[in-house]
Amino acid sequence: MDIFGIPLQAFLGQLLLGLVNGSFYAMLSLGLAVIFGLLGIVNFAHGALYMIGAYVAWIGLEFFGINYWLALIVSPLVVGALGVVVERTLLKPLYKLDPLYGLLLTFGLALIAEGLFREQFGVSGQQYNVPELLQGATDLGFMILPNYRAWVVFASLVVCLSTWFVIEKTRLGSYLRAGTENPALVQAFGINVPLMVMLTYGAGAGLAAIAGVLAAPVIQVTPLMGSNLIIVVFAVVVIGGMGSILGSIITGLSLGLVEGLTKVFYPEASSIVVFVIMAIVLIVRPAGLFGKEK
Amino acid sequence: MIFKFNKLSAACAIAATTLMGAVGAAQAQFSGDVIKVGLITDMSGLYADIDGPGGVEAIRMAVADLGGAIAGKKIEVLYADHQNKADVAAAKAREWFDTQGVDLLIGGSNSGTSLAMAKVAEEKKKVFISVGAATSALTNEQCNPYTIHWAYDTVALAKGTGNAVVKAGGKNWYFLTADYAFGAALQNDTTTVVKAAGGNVVGSVKHPLSASDFSSFLLQAQSSKADILGLANAGGDTINSIKAAAEFGITKTMKLAGLLVFISDIHALGLKTTQGMYLTDSWYWNRDAETRAWGRKYFEKMKRMPTSVQAGDYSAAYNYLQAVKAIGTDDADKTLAQLKKAKVNDIFAKGGFVRGDGRMVHDMYLMQVKSPDKSTEPWDYYNVVQTIKGEDAWTTKADSKCALWK
Repeated sequence: MDIFGIPLQAFLGQLLLGLVNGSFYAMLSLGLAVIFGLLGIVNFAHGALYMIGAYVAWIGLEFFGINYWLALIVSPLVVGALGVVVERTLLKPLYKLDPLYGLLLTFGLALIAEGLFREQFGVSGQQYNVPELLQGATDLGFMILPNYRAWVVFASLVVCLSTWFVIEKTRLGSYLRAGTENPALVQAFGINVPLMVMLTYGAGAGLAAIAGVLAAPVIQVTPLMGSNLIIVVFAVVVIGGMGSILGSIITGLSLGLVEGLTKVFYPEASSIVVFVIMAIVLIVRPAGLFGKEK
Repeated sequence: MIFKFNKLSAACAIAATTLMGAVGAAQAQFSGDVIKVGLITDMSGLYADIDGPGGVEAIRMAVADLGGAIAGKKIEVLYADHQNKADVAAAKAREWFDTQGVDLLIGGSNSGTSLAMAKVAEEKKKVFISVGAATSALTNEQCNPYTIHWAYDTVALAKGTGNAVVKAGGKNWYFLTADYAFGAALQNDTTTVVKAAGGNVVGSVKHPLSASDFSSFLLQAQSSKADILGLANAGGDTINSIKAAAEFGITKTMKLAGLLVFISDIHALGLKTTQGMYLTDSWYWNRDAETRAWGRKYFEKMKRMPTSVQAGDYSAAYNYLQAVKAIGTDDADKTLAQLKKAKVNDIFAKGGFVRGDGRMVHDMYLMQVKSPDKSTEPWDYYNVVQTIKGEDAWTTKADSKCALWK
């Protein structure tokens, strides 16, 4: 059976692959949405944090024998700590200024990080092997799906849903949301808002790092991996609605599917289809699909 | 008294004029009193390990081998990052020719940028040697008198790897192609070779340059039921394609033919993943004693073995500087004439020469990647299967569409 001239098998295979990519987009845009939605910082360093997360995992494996499973915990902690330091020392003094300064700063940090890693490691990338438990592939009939990719979908859904739950449904999350909407008032209630802001940035960085560790066995760990993805991730966040956590998760998954289908029917457009959609969404619904007009 | 004075002033006048004339002539020989060699290449993107900063270092080695100066005029090396954008490369080339007085422009990776720079060099009537780019169009449809293509091109790659793979039994091909000048040229040239050797092309798919995920393109390749997957891409794209192909079990049903693979790519992927793969290249550091010596010298500085492009950068700069030395001027037309006259005998090629269409003709090497147990030291990755002689490797006069070479 053919759909638009593509055999059903191939079609389903592409949809599944689109879902796998979409879960990457969802996870990465989640960290970005958390930082932007709650802190109002346009974090251009997000791609670099993702890349550093992957490198921490690789360095951990090469020199310290930290395996993949440990790296899933160690890497976000390390990168989160880095994020906390960056926020405290570099971003905090910029809050009273135009948000453009924060944007420029994070962009500059991204370039510095990429440059440093490129100097040290070159661009061809490092090998990071799939952990033994997840090696091999399953024959689904219409395609062969590597087990690792199935794990990526599962892990990202878990991370995304737990983050959404913490922010929207728990007390801590409600402090966070209140604290960023009206910091003075919330601080008057005795809640340490600057500390929360700092930890939130760290958490966003940690999310980027988890995405990096998940990505390491799939694509080469290279200094360029962040810059290749970051623009698409920004587009996802803008389409989903800059402040909406759920929006970025759903949009990430859907855009992954759309991109996957584009690769089948018109591959030359696969790198720009996300931006075409972003342009349309911005014209029709400027706040994004799930965003709220401020 | 008057007589003496006249004679004296006459003598002074003659001496002064001669001296000025001599100084004037000397200035006319080396523009700006300095010889400038510039490299515009991908310094930070997916091709940076193939050429990049290593290419700059290789050119510096060539300058050092000439003592850093010719006839007392210093040799300067400039470099710039074109970020794989043809307009950036063209603008930089123009700026260098107009305001910096660059005498030799060397083109690094990325065919689109080399095509753009070749046009600028033709317009400004300056010497342009393309080393890192692959497209055969540089010496074919788009040839011009100011462009020399030094190291390799898509025709040589196609003839080398294409023929070898079809002979080994790979008759049905599917191409995974980088969507720009280089990928298209490589796919075209390889298709011609495959068809001529009795194979056929089942289909192809184009991917954007520097794509991070190849899974969906590979899935399409797999459903085509071809037995050879021709990778018409390079650098980071090739590395990612090969990695993904192994992950998705493509290698169980299809053989991979890497149409442009450099030693930096093999180093990144490892011998386990790439063993047995055929590739065609213009130079290998472990080929003979001379190349080994040069390779190790480069290794001391860069801590990596040089790729064929980096060796090509050295050779292009070295031969250009030798030409300048031989004729005593850096005038573009005269140096080009000298380059097209002299033979190339250095660590890169033996018995090489520049043809009428700008092609530097030399031997190419069909090689196969070693298995891990056969590799005796780091970077010892290849077995040379066959030396493809210069007269067989490149576009023939009959096939050429170059107006200069008739």
